[in-house]
Amino acid sequence: MFEYFSKHFDMLMEAFLEHLGIVFSTLLISITLAAIICWFLLKSERATNIVVNVFSEVYSIPSLALFALLIPLLGLGNKTAIPVLVLYNQYLLIRNFMTGMQNVDKSILEAGTGMGMSKWQLVTRVQLPLAMPSIIAGIRLAIISTTGIATIAATINAGGLGKILLSGLRTMNTYKIIWGTILCVIIALVADTILRLLEKKTKAYNTHLQTSWLLNKRCSFE
Amino acid sequence: MTAVEFKHISKQFKNSAYPALNDVSVSIEEGEFVTILGSSGCGKTTMIKMINRLYESDSGDIFLFGRNIRDEDPVQLRRRIGYVIQQVGLFPHMTVAANIAIIPKILKWDKARIKDETDRMLRLVQLDPDEFRDRYPAQLSGGQQQRIGLARALISSPRIMLLDEPFGAIDAINREMLQNELKAIHESSKRTYLFVTHDIREALKLGTKVIIMNEGRILQYATPNEIVENPADDFVRNLLSTAELKGGA
Repeated sequence: MFEYFSKHFDMLMEAFLEHLGIVFSTLLISITLAAIICWFLLKSERATNIVVNVFSEVYSIPSLALFALLIPLLGLGNKTAIPVLVLYNQYLLIRNFMTGMQNVDKSILEAGTGMGMSKWQLVTRVQLPLAMPSIIAGIRLAIISTTGIATIAATINAGGLGKILLSGLRTMNTYKIIWGTILCVIIALVADTILRLLEKKTKAYNTHLQTSWLLNKRCSFE
Repeated sequence: MTAVEFKHISKQFKNSAYPALNDVSVSIEEGEFVTILGSSGCGKTTMIKMINRLYESDSGDIFLFGRNIRDEDPVQLRRRIGYVIQQVGLFPHMTVAANIAIIPKILKWDKARIKDETDRMLRLVQLDPDEFRDRYPAQLSGGQQQRIGLARALISSPRIMLLDEPFGAIDAINREMLQNELKAIHESSKRTYLFVTHDIREALKLGTKVIIMNEGRILQYATPNEIVENPADDFVRNLLSTAELKGGA
């Protein structure tokens, strides 16, 4: 098995990097798009619910079907693969971004507005930092989901690790399937671990505070 | 000089059968500590939230130091008004110092001035700057949090302060202390304070004048003594009797 890896290192690496490229560019576009949509959704909770519902319906369409549907419009390869992946991500990202933003205590926002913070200042200095754990959780889910769905994009010639998996299936080459899977899992796991750490860090002021507050309390009793 | 003038202000919220404010006109002189007293739903909070334009009136005009607030940018208007609410609304991800200095930072005061003023504010609300400057809100008691809320509102030395039941969620002992401190701060500054409360003792104790409201109207606007001695109507008389203040205080 390792022999297979070293023998076909170039091919596997090429697919791995291609896959990373798809995931990365998808993520970049999805986050930008989701951020813009969320900015407009901040005004209305009702609109948010509608948009999140629509994207959750889209999310439930099987990816193979969505790829097939869009080929006549956008053609083969990345031109179709990336828009579809971006579309899927919108559900995960918008839902998490908005949950984070809406969960910020209303009295904090009222105090900020009442003091004379502009909408922009309130969003960037208060809402975003407080929503950060939820935002990062959304990005984490999006990376995992994109890494998986992107393999299916190989069926429409988008390349990446899906290419290895598909040809492994066609030729009944177990090594190919195993290495394709392992490399996919590596992308997902590494991204997951890094973002989990980040998520924890953005929440740090919370937990650390509660403990130190409890310590203070204890000291004052003693 | 007149600090705040309401001219025929009416406001009705959607989903509400009767108006929150019904043709309210009142004129408040600069330097007064006006407490606004009434039961919940009487329009007292609506009244002060209109001054900093968190709510807009349906009809009528409000003048703040002679200027119609409609002609001003709401954000600029609010920066000249101190605002304190019952839930405090401190920013949990910022230290005490950063909370107090948020507007000065936005206004780009220089660092030394921000530091000096922040410390001065902490001392003003009876908190030791060295001990509290770098704490986070979650590390403070309710009373301490509201002290920071006050410091945050006072730092830009606004000519008018709006306080919406600021001590409503604080225990009796701390409330008493905070009331005394607030009264002292007001007396040393001679700014205009509007203080909403449903606690009649608090209203009579703190106010140089008291507004008594019911169902969106002002029933009486007078000094605490006048109110106790000459209640305007049965509602006010009843209110006083609930606090057993009838016949002098």
